[in-house]
Amino acid sequence: MTADPRGVLTGPHFIDGDHACSEGAIAAGCRFVAGYPITPSTEVVERIALRFPFVGGVFIQMEDEIASSIAIQGAVWGGKKAMTVTSGPGFSLMMEHIGYAAMTEAPCVFVDVQRAGPSTGLPTQPAQGDMMQARWGSHGDYGIIALSPNSPQESFDLTIRAFNLAEQYRTPVLLMLDECVGHMTERVLIPPADRIEITERRLYRGPKDDFLLYKPDEDLVPSMVSAGDGYRIHVTGLTHDERGYPAMTAGAQDKKVRRLVEKIRRNSPDIVDFREEGTEGAEVIVVSYGITSRTAIPAIQMARREGIRVGHLRLVVVWPFPEERIRELARKVTSIVVPELNLGQMSLEVERCSGGAARVVQVGHAGGGVHNPHDIYVAIKKSLR
Amino acid sequence: MGQDVVDAALEQMECVYARPDTLTDTRFHYCPGCGHSVVHRVIMEVVQEAGIREQTIGVAPVGCSVFAYNYMDVDMQEAAHGRASAVATGIKRVLPDRFVFSYQGDGDLAAIGTAETIHTCNRGENILMVFVNNAIYGMTGGQMAPTTLLGMKTSTSPAGRTVETAGFPLKITEMVAMLPGTYYVTRQSVHTPNAVRQLKKAITKSFQYQKERKGTCFIEVVSNCPSGWKMTPVQSNAWLVENMFPLYPPGDIKAPK
Ligand SMILES: Cc1ncc(C[n+]2csc(CCOP(=O)(O)OP(=O)(O)O)c2C)c(N)n1
Ligand code: SF4
Repeated sequence: MTADPRGVLTGPHFIDGDHACSEGAIAAGCRFVAGYPITPSTEVVERIALRFPFVGGVFIQMEDEIASSIAIQGAVWGGKKAMTVTSGPGFSLMMEHIGYAAMTEAPCVFVDVQRAGPSTGLPTQPAQGDMMQARWGSHGDYGIIALSPNSPQESFDLTIRAFNLAEQYRTPVLLMLDECVGHMTERVLIPPADRIEITERRLYRGPKDDFLLYKPDEDLVPSMVSAGDGYRIHVTGLTHDERGYPAMTAGAQDKKVRRLVEKIRRNSPDIVDFREEGTEGAEVIVVSYGITSRTAIPAIQMARREGIRVGHLRLVVVWPFPEERIRELARKVTSIVVPELNLGQMSLEVERCSGGAARVVQVGHAGGGVHNPHDIYVAIKKSLR
Repeated sequence: MGQDVVDAALEQMECVYARPDTLTDTRFHYCPGCGHSVVHRVIMEVVQEAGIREQTIGVAPVGCSVFAYNYMDVDMQEAAHGRASAVATGIKRVLPDRFVFSYQGDGDLAAIGTAETIHTCNRGENILMVFVNNAIYGMTGGQMAPTTLLGMKTSTSPAGRTVETAGFPLKITEMVAMLPGTYYVTRQSVHTPNAVRQLKKAITKSFQYQKERKGTCFIEVVSNCPSGWKMTPVQSNAWLVENMFPLYPPGDIKAPK
């Protein structure tokens, strides 16, 4: 399927990452947004508030992020594509409902424009400190998908991809921007609607009596219906059986939760997305994501000018993590350098996957600004000693 | 005229108005004409005059007045967005003989903090809650607040607030007045010198009631946000009288006899 042309502002734009995210959501078919203002994500909902009346969408400014993130759960089961948008403190408040969406297998999108924390932190300054929270923030076990754009254009593209992945795998998908990407203004090219691929909901269309809301297909993902379609569905955050009714036993828990984790794990070859440049024959690799992928480039160039063979791997999808590729590369290189705007998050994942095969060096930054490329360059050099 | 002449002249004069010691020398960062500065000052004047500076603890919100600590020279704790009255509850319960006040905007107190507001008042916590209602989210750049008037344009209600999408302006002060835990509930303003004097009286009374452990005192201050409203300070005060007062009329809502 391709996008509904009514929502697509085809053509070149000069907009920031937040606004590009709004346009991506509208192009993806999102027609319900519930949110609560918070810097640096507010521009997303402001543009939605302005644009939704023209595309028949429903925008509600809720009383807080807890209400916003659960209101979208209602809208999803009412049959709409839905999204909520926030930043740091609001993201923390949404954690229970990420778990709720994972458990009920509700396709929806959570946008987090990361700012420096913890707590109120630096409201207007960038960080990448919510990466592990994105993976593990809600209690219990579940798989999750999270994407990390590094430009306004990618903010547009990946918002669409986030909605598509949510529908394909019946899961919440997290779009992890950072303040820099959210507030950076660049050229964004919105393609014609018929060139934008849209994944529709996996709607069940068989006989009513045979329908089971949580009976997985071969890819471990169950098909879905909406409330009000006459299927008598039951949706609950309690552990449930394939009908969707509470089944409060260790056996049912094992079956359900194992599938939630496996659903993402087993499909991860189709989900993972990363860009490589110069990794062939490299002796050191820089692994980066979001804004840090851009501050890494001058550092890589400086090192290359000195004859160091540096490769660059940029994570576009951060969760699931490209474990296999990192494992493979770790066996070939001396070291892996991971600059990020936190004091050790994705670098730990790189370290885990490289399993001691390569030296992993984090270039940490507590947030509130971006790296000086020189620091990354120095780390690249030192990592080879 | 030399400085010595000025100094000598000043010596002769009676001081009738001065910055209270409880207010730091820092210049307010609030936009020109913003009600926050006046409310800050009035609270600190009362603290000074009552001689309770060392016993007073304030709880600041997340909102424009998150920087209250810059000006209010008493012990201060900033809460997470919306939770000021819960933080104040914790302080007051372990230090019952101190004077504790919370200070919040409308987004903080009446949106994200609604549960804390209602339950603090319902428990009748012995604190003063100051609620600055400017009908908009100032700090985040002019979004709709629960108290935003119908038809009022904000960045998240660009065509004007409608009942269909955003419901009615929330009169939370009337709501808390219904709760038996509140002792004194009043609505004030700071748009004229006389209004400022009335507010000062209300704050003075509230600290007295707190001393007597009467229950929650709740003061709404109908205020302005010239920047968010896109008006000059003078326009904003006129607009406030014309548009806010009909819905949020000043005066006591619940007062002890
Ligand atoms: C959990 C959380 N959500 C959102 C925010 C962003 N935020 C900061 S202040 C504010 C609202 C401020 O409005 P108000 O309380 O009316 O106070 P004003 O600035 O108008 O004085 C918001 C939404 C936050 N800091 N934390
Ligand atoms: S934005 Fe509004 S509330 Fe904030 S300081 Fe300026 S006028 Fe006051």
